[in-house]
Amino acid sequence: MTIEIKTATLEPVRNTFAHIERRFGDKPATRYQEATYDVQSETNFHYKPLWQPEFELNDSRRTAVIMEDWYAFKDPRQFYYGTYVQQRARMQEVAENSYAFFEKRNLAASLGEDVREKVIRYLIPLRHVEHTANLNNLYGTANGYGTAMTQALLFDGMDRLGNAQYLSRIGLILDGNTGDSLSEAKACWMSDPVWQGVRALCEETLVTKDWFELFVAQDVVIDTLVYDLFFNQFDQWLVAHGGQDIAMLTEFMQEWSKEVTRWSDSVLKTAVASEANKVLISGWADKWRGKAAEALSPVAKEMLNGEALEQALSVLDKRLKKAGLEQ
Amino acid sequence: MAAKKLNLKDKYRLLTRDLDWEFSYQDRKEAFPYEEFEGIKITDWSKWEDPFRLTMDSYWKYQAEKEKKLYAIFDAFSQNNGHLNVTDPRYINALKIFLTGVSPLEYQAFQGFAHTGRQFGGVGARVACQMQSIDELRHVQTQIHAMSHYNKFFDGLQEWPHMHDRVWYLSVPKSFFNDARSAGPFEFMVAIGFSFEYVLTNLLFVPFMSGAAHNGDMATVTFGFSAQSDEARHMTLGLEVIKFLLEQHEDNVPIVQKWIDKWFWRGTRLLTIVAMMMDYMLPNKVMSWKEAWEVYFEEAGGALFKDLARYGIRMPKYADIIEKEKEHISHQAWWTFYTHGHAAGFHTWIPTDQELDWLSEKYPDTFDKYYRPRWELAKEMEAKGERFYTKALPQLCTTCQIPMLFTEMDDPTLTAYRSSDYQDNKYHFCSDGCKDIFDDEPEKYIQSWLPVHQIFQGNCGGPGVEEILSEYYRMNLGADNMDMKDSPDEKRWNAWKGVA
Amino acid sequence: MSKVYIALQDNDLSRYIVEAIEDDNPDATVIHMPAMIRIENEGHLVVKRETVEEKLGRDWDVQELHLNLITLGGHVDEDDDQLSLTWNT
Repeated sequence: MTIEIKTATLEPVRNTFAHIERRFGDKPATRYQEATYDVQSETNFHYKPLWQPEFELNDSRRTAVIMEDWYAFKDPRQFYYGTYVQQRARMQEVAENSYAFFEKRNLAASLGEDVREKVIRYLIPLRHVEHTANLNNLYGTANGYGTAMTQALLFDGMDRLGNAQYLSRIGLILDGNTGDSLSEAKACWMSDPVWQGVRALCEETLVTKDWFELFVAQDVVIDTLVYDLFFNQFDQWLVAHGGQDIAMLTEFMQEWSKEVTRWSDSVLKTAVASEANKVLISGWADKWRGKAAEALSPVAKEMLNGEALEQALSVLDKRLKKAGLEQ
Repeated sequence: MAAKKLNLKDKYRLLTRDLDWEFSYQDRKEAFPYEEFEGIKITDWSKWEDPFRLTMDSYWKYQAEKEKKLYAIFDAFSQNNGHLNVTDPRYINALKIFLTGVSPLEYQAFQGFAHTGRQFGGVGARVACQMQSIDELRHVQTQIHAMSHYNKFFDGLQEWPHMHDRVWYLSVPKSFFNDARSAGPFEFMVAIGFSFEYVLTNLLFVPFMSGAAHNGDMATVTFGFSAQSDEARHMTLGLEVIKFLLEQHEDNVPIVQKWIDKWFWRGTRLLTIVAMMMDYMLPNKVMSWKEAWEVYFEEAGGALFKDLARYGIRMPKYADIIEKEKEHISHQAWWTFYTHGHAAGFHTWIPTDQELDWLSEKYPDTFDKYYRPRWELAKEMEAKGERFYTKALPQLCTTCQIPMLFTEMDDPTLTAYRSSDYQDNKYHFCSDGCKDIFDDEPEKYIQSWLPVHQIFQGNCGGPGVEEILSEYYRMNLGADNMDMKDSPDEKRWNAWKGVA
Repeated sequence: MSKVYIALQDNDLSRYIVEAIEDDNPDATVIHMPAMIRIENEGHLVVKRETVEEKLGRDWDVQELHLNLITLGGHVDEDDDQLSLTWNT
């Protein structure tokens, strides 16, 4: 016997909001759609920003990219706030268990001195790169146009803060909570020649004004190279040298990178559908590829070898080609 | 080596505080260009205290738990036709004001806090602003989702973003937040973080959320309580901003005081529509606006400003006027919307006799003397089939953009009217408070996109009011507007109650 | 003098927190409202982790308060062991 629970059927007057209906037709909408499309204010602003009077408060002219519809940037992950935090909470739970296990079993003690030193010299300073990425993505959130892009940029920005905090925790595990590893890594960041190119690159991104160019620079070019060098190639080095347990602590960043790439790839692909954008964005990619390669060369060489950077660049080039950029 | 035990404060400091650095290759002022133009002096960002030291992993964990619970209730609400449990279909009109007027402000808050979250030189302050930004995104999206079900069954919610950008009364909230966002980062924080999110927040929360609780609106109550725990973090950020600015340099004190005066005034003007909602649109009453003002401002605000006195901060200017106005503004506002009901995107009505008596009881000094007679007249006209709708468009205050419906406190039969001449024009204001704001920054406020002016200039289509409403505002005439009586909302409600 | 206050959602977990607050702040007033419990005190109020753990019968993080919190008034001081609210008057 089956039980059918009868709820009173009331005919709805409409299936969704009018602006959603105009886009997708007269049918029930997804939560992502209702939370995203046409939410941002578009016209009739009251006052020009005191701090930037050449633009309106919400202004698509803050980038040279031109879109007929800024909502073409649908996030393939369909993250709105609720789905975003729930996804991250799941990842966070796994990470928390890994960190707890690592600490409980005192796996730091079984790392060789060489490995420990290399992690402090190469991995921990990345927290400053992640901090830069946090600022750059927030810049896009504040200056960008259309909820589809700006919410995704905010999620990315907050993710970077999370990554920076995880990297800091790795340091604290290695130095027994004294904070010495963090100071050491920061000293490297500030004055060791191996990092100065990257630091200069980060500072340059922080004065870049076009938010879409910044997205290309940070979320595409720099991130692809950094993640391949540090979380792929260096990760392999660690495994080969008795440091495989560190992977437990960087798993979060690696999973994150895979996931966020789906989004940033789709942004690129959507943007370059127009010829003008394609030329513009390809130009930016090329410019920042050159800068990033130069900046990362010393650390790639020292951390790994002379071929490491080329390998990372080929990953980037493959990605750009797939997205439809001119090479 | 046994690891040293880290307490919350130290752990947070190590994870967050040292991430930033002194630039060598670029001018840091180019990366953070907006910190000085307001005249605020920051001597030491490291003195910023992080009240709630939430790391991102904890943020995701706790917020995800809140979302799970919240959406389970949204689902249950829509699966069970929860809208039928509302006390009275008139109540839904409060939600129409909420979605068209308040939710878009949450969105602007998301944008504004993202801006300060990038632009402040201190990493502690930035992180706190960034968390508020993402919280505000949460609020607008959970509000949209809460209202989604109501939109399927009632009129007036379907064009909310389009209306917010155009409709005459919605420029009041929109301009409020545009004002804050177009200001510098420190003024934004004092305006929103402190004045709005700390001083006045309960005056928005209690009417809407308690109103929902008292009127069977489970979706909104649940949203409200869930959002409020984020608000606790926002309140502490607001208070921390004020403390920090006042402690950094004594030169900041007069600037901050000026902003407190301005934003307290703009904020209470904004709350006029909430006052009206509380007194006239909730079938089951929570408390009167007058009572809410007494508890949430006079008492709670009193404690706050006593505390801030040691910095040289006094109560906001014109607090004494507001104290008198609390007896009047809800009545003046509802009367305005009632008489302009053909141009409102929600229904209006004459209060029931029971409700009129409640108003007499709650406003013993003002209601029977000044306002009940209007309703008696309105009843007479309605009975004759002449339900009154004005043929005119109201003059708006240039600053707060509310129609000039406020009266002199010493003579409530006299419309309060102020003006300023600037360059070749005359500008009109509802009060000294609004005039002061204009006179201090005329170049800013002459830019206002005043809906009625814009209509007369031909920028809103037309030529008649009907075309403006239906084509430019996208109002569904005969469904979104006009009296509650005989509205499609009312007809459907009666049909459902027969069926369900 | 000025009152500090804290308001919690009226659910199962909050009851234990409220009990703990009452123990540690004997002069505080507890007010029950629809779906909400509000606690007020003159000048100072403290939520102690140890006391809450005692009532709950399990480990409890002060930051878990975020799940039950509705609103609060007063200067906040939070660490591993407590959350307190104060007005300086």
